[in-house]
Amino acid sequence: MVLIGDFLIQGAQMLLVLLLAPLFTGFVRKVKARLLLRQGPPIIQPYLDLVRLTRKDVVLADSASWLFRVIPYLVFAATWVAASLVPTFRTGLLFSWSADLIAIIALLGSARFFLALAGLDVGTSFGGIGSSREVMIASLAEPAMIMVVFTLALIAGSTQLSTVAEFMASPQVGLRVSLGMALIGLVMVAIAENGRVPIDNPATHLELTMVHEAMVLEYSGRHLALIELSSSLKLILYVSLLACLFVPWGIEAAGAALPTLAIGIGAYIGKLAAGGFLLALFETSIAKMRVFRVPEFLGVALMFGLLATLLRFVSGSF
Amino acid sequence: MLTTALACAAALLALAAFAAMFARQPWATQVVYAACLVIAAISLVAGATHLLASTASENLVLPLGVPWLGAHFRLDALSAFFLLVVELGAAAASLFALGYGRHEEAPQRVLPFYSAFLAGMTLVVLADDAFTFLLSWEFMSLTSWALVVSHYRVADNVRAGYVYLVMASFGTLALLLAFGLLAGPEGHYAFAQMRATHPSATLGALALCLALIGAGSKAGIVPLHVWLPLAHPAAPSHVSALMSGVMTKAAVYGFMRIVLDLAGTPAWWWSVVVLALGGMTAVMGVLYALMQHDLKRLLAYHTVENIGIIFIGLGLSLAFEAYGMHSAAALALTAALLHVFNHSLFKSLLFFGAGAVLTATGERDMEHLGGLIHRMPQTAFVFLVGCAAISALPPLNGFVSEWMTFQAILLSPQLPSWGLKLLVPAVGALLALSAALAAACFVKAYGVTFLGRPRTRRAEAAVETDRCSLAAMAVLALLCLLAGILPGLFIDALAPVSSALLGARMPEQMGAQWLAIVPIAASRSSYDGLLVFAFIVISGTLAALAIHRLASDRWRRAPAWDCGYPDANPAAQYTAMSFAQPIRRVFGSVVFLARETGEMPPPGDTRPARLRVELVDPAWDWLYAPLAEAVSATADRLNRLQFLTIRQYLSLVFCALVALLLVLAIWS
Repeated sequence: MVLIGDFLIQGAQMLLVLLLAPLFTGFVRKVKARLLLRQGPPIIQPYLDLVRLTRKDVVLADSASWLFRVIPYLVFAATWVAASLVPTFRTGLLFSWSADLIAIIALLGSARFFLALAGLDVGTSFGGIGSSREVMIASLAEPAMIMVVFTLALIAGSTQLSTVAEFMASPQVGLRVSLGMALIGLVMVAIAENGRVPIDNPATHLELTMVHEAMVLEYSGRHLALIELSSSLKLILYVSLLACLFVPWGIEAAGAALPTLAIGIGAYIGKLAAGGFLLALFETSIAKMRVFRVPEFLGVALMFGLLATLLRFVSGSF
Repeated sequence: MLTTALACAAALLALAAFAAMFARQPWATQVVYAACLVIAAISLVAGATHLLASTASENLVLPLGVPWLGAHFRLDALSAFFLLVVELGAAAASLFALGYGRHEEAPQRVLPFYSAFLAGMTLVVLADDAFTFLLSWEFMSLTSWALVVSHYRVADNVRAGYVYLVMASFGTLALLLAFGLLAGPEGHYAFAQMRATHPSATLGALALCLALIGAGSKAGIVPLHVWLPLAHPAAPSHVSALMSGVMTKAAVYGFMRIVLDLAGTPAWWWSVVVLALGGMTAVMGVLYALMQHDLKRLLAYHTVENIGIIFIGLGLSLAFEAYGMHSAAALALTAALLHVFNHSLFKSLLFFGAGAVLTATGERDMEHLGGLIHRMPQTAFVFLVGCAAISALPPLNGFVSEWMTFQAILLSPQLPSWGLKLLVPAVGALLALSAALAAACFVKAYGVTFLGRPRTRRAEAAVETDRCSLAAMAVLALLCLLAGILPGLFIDALAPVSSALLGARMPEQMGAQWLAIVPIAASRSSYDGLLVFAFIVISGTLAALAIHRLASDRWRRAPAWDCGYPDANPAAQYTAMSFAQPIRRVFGSVVFLARETGEMPPPGDTRPARLRVELVDPAWDWLYAPLAEAVSATADRLNRLQFLTIRQYLSLVFCALVALLLVLAIWS
């Protein structure tokens, strides 16, 4: 019985992130539009886009290989698996032990690896520029993220995300210098990894500054739909990660009764709304930076992560 | 098992003599490589049996070599593991060469040395006294040198061979001194005697430094790596795979044998040296690799990075061992050993792939390749598996060993020493940086070589490689996947090694639920490659089925979109140089003082614009160039000693004798 319940909750969690991901993207777009005093598309527009794209024919470039057609599924699968391992409304997920925080980051790294290959597959200059910039950004964002993970793992004594989240929700954490640094570092990495302003602009096309959009320029139809869905999933993954690590209130511990799960889900949706609003507010109030300022930005994140880890190595009280 | 392995080595030596006689015959290539494959497979079974059955170590003394010493051989857990790595690589390379070797123009320069080289590597891991070890080591170096210069008409190869020879003899000199120190004044050259006499702390430390120089130069530790990216690509590709994937591991074996087995209890600062060198090697190796556009040289530089990761694991293990934290030391050591195994798999696979590309197109320069995925789909697939594995992507094997190294780093706040408390997080950051850069490096290597459109006629005319080569690569790719999804199997097999060296082992892994690996405790960390693999396959397949069934599965071909400005010229694609430009600008401007100068012809001039990139190689320009100058200046000074009179020579000899006697008198 317990096992079946756990299976159901793991399944519910997987479906929840999948279903909420486009909604969250739509919500952020809507808030951004309202902040700019525009009407904006309806909040469910991303779903409509996905449906429209999946119905269309795929137009493959002449020089595209079989790899180009496989990659959207690979990217989607890796991102979805990673996203379904981040606790949203309840910790102690059935399969949370199958991949810890380091493995989740590496799964996202796999998705990025293949997406960057897709950018090079057709052999166009736009795809190449997107891929080469994406790997440059990743080469700094990934170590920064690993350092943040080190800090959290040293505080909680585990790299297991469910255990870390439970520890963060317990009263023994308190305010710590290293936690603050890890928070700043993680937010900076999340902005960079999701290609948000000021690193990249998810709303532009036809500009030399774009990174992610240039990489997937040749995709169309259902392939493009999967890639859009994957980037929505990645965004919701990072917001869930921030929520379960730094705003753990309302998350249900393993073994909670069913009625309290409703509270957990409610709290999760509330956190998503707050996170989306803050993201939109941040994006509207800042200008995009030049691409070679990005290493400085991420270098700061890396330094925060490294400093926080060093503090934890030096003493357990920071 | 030991006698089997030694008989195999002897058979390889006999085969070398046979090959030297008949190499010019048209059937010789196939016969020699097939024989090598069979012998290596037998030896592989011997090593694996010993390791898995975890039997007691076997000893054998043969009446060869120095009269009063004999040749000692021993097969214990450590040498059985490395024997397995060596023979697996050797078997795969021989299988690959059954196809690849047919294109060799001068087989008489390759065949005899190839089987002798295999014998040399086998004997290195079996030797149990300093004399036999050094003899096998030199034999291994010399035969591989002969293979490096087998295409001696290429000027670069000759230079590579020269640099290799100089560095190899320098390294052996360091090892000779290390063994001399450990043997003590009585001359205990057998390893068993060295193990019994515990050397003093100073002697142990000196032996560590000499082992780092001697074995480290063979393994490719920065800044002793300079010969490696020259020599490894110069050899025929199956030999490159052996040198990069296997011979560097024999060097790691030498280091482990001296430092963990013979040099006594480690002091804490030993690990500081090893960790700092390992971290620097990892990052520098991958940055060098990113700057290359020669596929084989890129792979060779990338070996340097992986050696860095292995040494980080060994350094952590030394640190834990120095403070008596045996289970943590076992974790770090197992991570390093697993990476040794993993790297030998994917690096051999990638070099085979580069060899297949070389046969198909005659090109090693990535700027002249591209689009090979259409012409060589099977090679492209297995090469992709190798790229993903070496970039530490789950669920493949490279990720498992790096993940375990990270877990070992997370245990190190318990180390009491302040130096280590500050160094280990920095090394962790370097490891994370090198992992991320490795992914960038292999996106570049794969994307430029196999994806895109062909950049030259030769790339356009490529054909798929032969069956034997494909079989060798497929076996290695399968092993990469297997070691990634069932890591517990391999970790458990390594337990005898860490038990023998450290007296502790990692917990039994195969009993964990769903074949997960749990290095310390389930609440602390666990990873399940099998489940992750299954999840990815299931969700990808589900997505594909759902979309194809419910929405649309139609597709058609059209010209590339490229924002409306597609350029039909394949030269308009991104190249290896342009792909690395952002990283060159961010990291290269600091490490290599990279400078880009653009040359724009004035309006009306039809010359093409040019972009020139200048890089400074810090190892060559700041270390070896001044060193070479100093050596030649000293040689010039000492040149006068060649033209002395007999009286002056006699007085020199007399003075030397007096000085030595004085030293002896003061010493005792």
